[in-house]
Amino acid sequence: MNTYIHSVSLDAEKCTGCTTCMKHCPTEAIRVRGGCAEIDSERCIDCGECIRNCTHNAKKSSYDSFDEIKKYKFKIALPAPALLAQFDNLDNIDYVLQGLLDIGFDDVFEVAKGAEFVSAYTRLYLQTEGIKKPVISSACPVIVRLIGLRFPFLKDNLMPLLPPMEVAASMAKERALMQHPELKREDIGVCFISPCPAKVSYVRNGFGSYKSEVDLVVSMSEIYLLLINVMKREKVCTVSSQAGRIGVSWALCGGEASAIINDKIIAADGINNVISVLDQIEDGNIPPVDFVELNACPGGCVGGVLTIENPFVAKNRLHTLRRYMPVSLNSMPPGESYVPAKYFFLDIPNYKPLSRLSDNIGESMRLMSQIQAVRKELPGIDCGSCGAPNCRAFAEDLVLGHADKNDCIIAYKELIKKYIRDYSGGETVDGQ
Amino acid sequence: MAEPLVFHFVVDGDNFTSAGQASVQVKKNLRQLGLEPETIRRVSIAMYEGEINMVIHAGGGEADVIVSDNCVEIILKDCGPGIADIEQAMQEGFSTAPDNIRSLGFGAGMGLPNMKRYTDYMQIDSVVGKGTTITMRVNY
Repeated sequence: MNTYIHSVSLDAEKCTGCTTCMKHCPTEAIRVRGGCAEIDSERCIDCGECIRNCTHNAKKSSYDSFDEIKKYKFKIALPAPALLAQFDNLDNIDYVLQGLLDIGFDDVFEVAKGAEFVSAYTRLYLQTEGIKKPVISSACPVIVRLIGLRFPFLKDNLMPLLPPMEVAASMAKERALMQHPELKREDIGVCFISPCPAKVSYVRNGFGSYKSEVDLVVSMSEIYLLLINVMKREKVCTVSSQAGRIGVSWALCGGEASAIINDKIIAADGINNVISVLDQIEDGNIPPVDFVELNACPGGCVGGVLTIENPFVAKNRLHTLRRYMPVSLNSMPPGESYVPAKYFFLDIPNYKPLSRLSDNIGESMRLMSQIQAVRKELPGIDCGSCGAPNCRAFAEDLVLGHADKNDCIIAYKELIKKYIRDYSGGETVDGQ
Repeated sequence: MAEPLVFHFVVDGDNFTSAGQASVQVKKNLRQLGLEPETIRRVSIAMYEGEINMVIHAGGGEADVIVSDNCVEIILKDCGPGIADIEQAMQEGFSTAPDNIRSLGFGAGMGLPNMKRYTDYMQIDSVVGKGTTITMRVNY
């Protein structure tokens, strides 16, 4: 049974069955069948690699439309720090925040502010005795799902603190209720401006038993287009940014880790790099570090598929923007020596381990020896024409009954050659 | 009772960029079989250490991983220089790795002790000048 709601989907009209997405999928979740790509939702981790690589714009991410915010009486924008990197020559964050008010939000709460609290509490959490090191960041939802599906042994290494978006969402709601006592909780709509589809899945599925406080997730590129029309330099801003370098830097790979203020960190970006780091941690073959930050997208959140600017330009812009910013504008209340319960999530979702052939080991062994035998018969050129990403995956599909042997064009060619040979009474087609 | 499954790997000598590939592949295969994460981890650590040893000391070799009903057996075979004093080699911190290897972060003298620690059975058969065969078993 699969109840996981994904945010990556396919536009069958546009798909040409070209195999590009299938070749790039890090979890081999895509097959091309009947000239059209299919996503196996049990394997999909919402990383967005297929969207990034599709040359026909056939892969879509689903997110809420900005119009849906109208159903709430009090609308709060939750901009991810990556939004700040989308604008050329931006020298003051307040212009962006003012712009959000001008396009129809009643209040703005920066996710960067939430991030600074998470960073402060992460430093505290790392001092907890008996926790499993290295602690792996849980801020990127793709990583959490990847660990659940593929690296179950590392589940206890995941940091049990809520991601900045969640922290910001609850703080934003509390602030609104305090400042506007006439409001009821259901009047308030919190809208996250997201760089990636994975956050959409996170919000829709909740997280283990935790239900997200975010009400809507909209695409950063949609908001960007609205913002550039209203952002004007001569305008007087009525809001001012409440985050420093630490919060803003969370948009970049290394931002979260460097906020640990300790050299025992590793930060990796790009889904394939992330997978090799996790492999190494699992093998115990990594230097003793305290904290590992992993970002599915290249460059960190600025590399998300819902952003406008390429991650390298975005990085440069954030470096310029943060130069004269204070280090951090948010910290824990003085004297706090433990992480408050509201920052924790209690359980991580229980995913079915990825790629298990069967629930019975004996049966799995039998299937795997069949797969090995079939694999030897295949050409081994990993061309993808059969609709599976490589010959090994095709062998698995064959044994599990999801594919037909003649889907392999090399095998099919041999079959045709044999027919021609038989028909022509022994003469080979190429005249040999 | 299912037939034991055999995974065979050739470990390329003197190639640090590919060292560790066999253990990553073994891990994938064992995951597909549905073994417990802890078993998989023990096998892949033992396998990784053994693989690195073969690359550092023996110029490569061959590895067989045999999965049967109740255990995973790892057989690592090389035609390297052999181990003169096995007892000494098993001591933590003892290493004969040359400086250029140590500068890469290897050669801490923990390879064989780790292999023993993470497996339920380990046997070393070694002839100086001929080679070494290490047999390890992880029960599950």
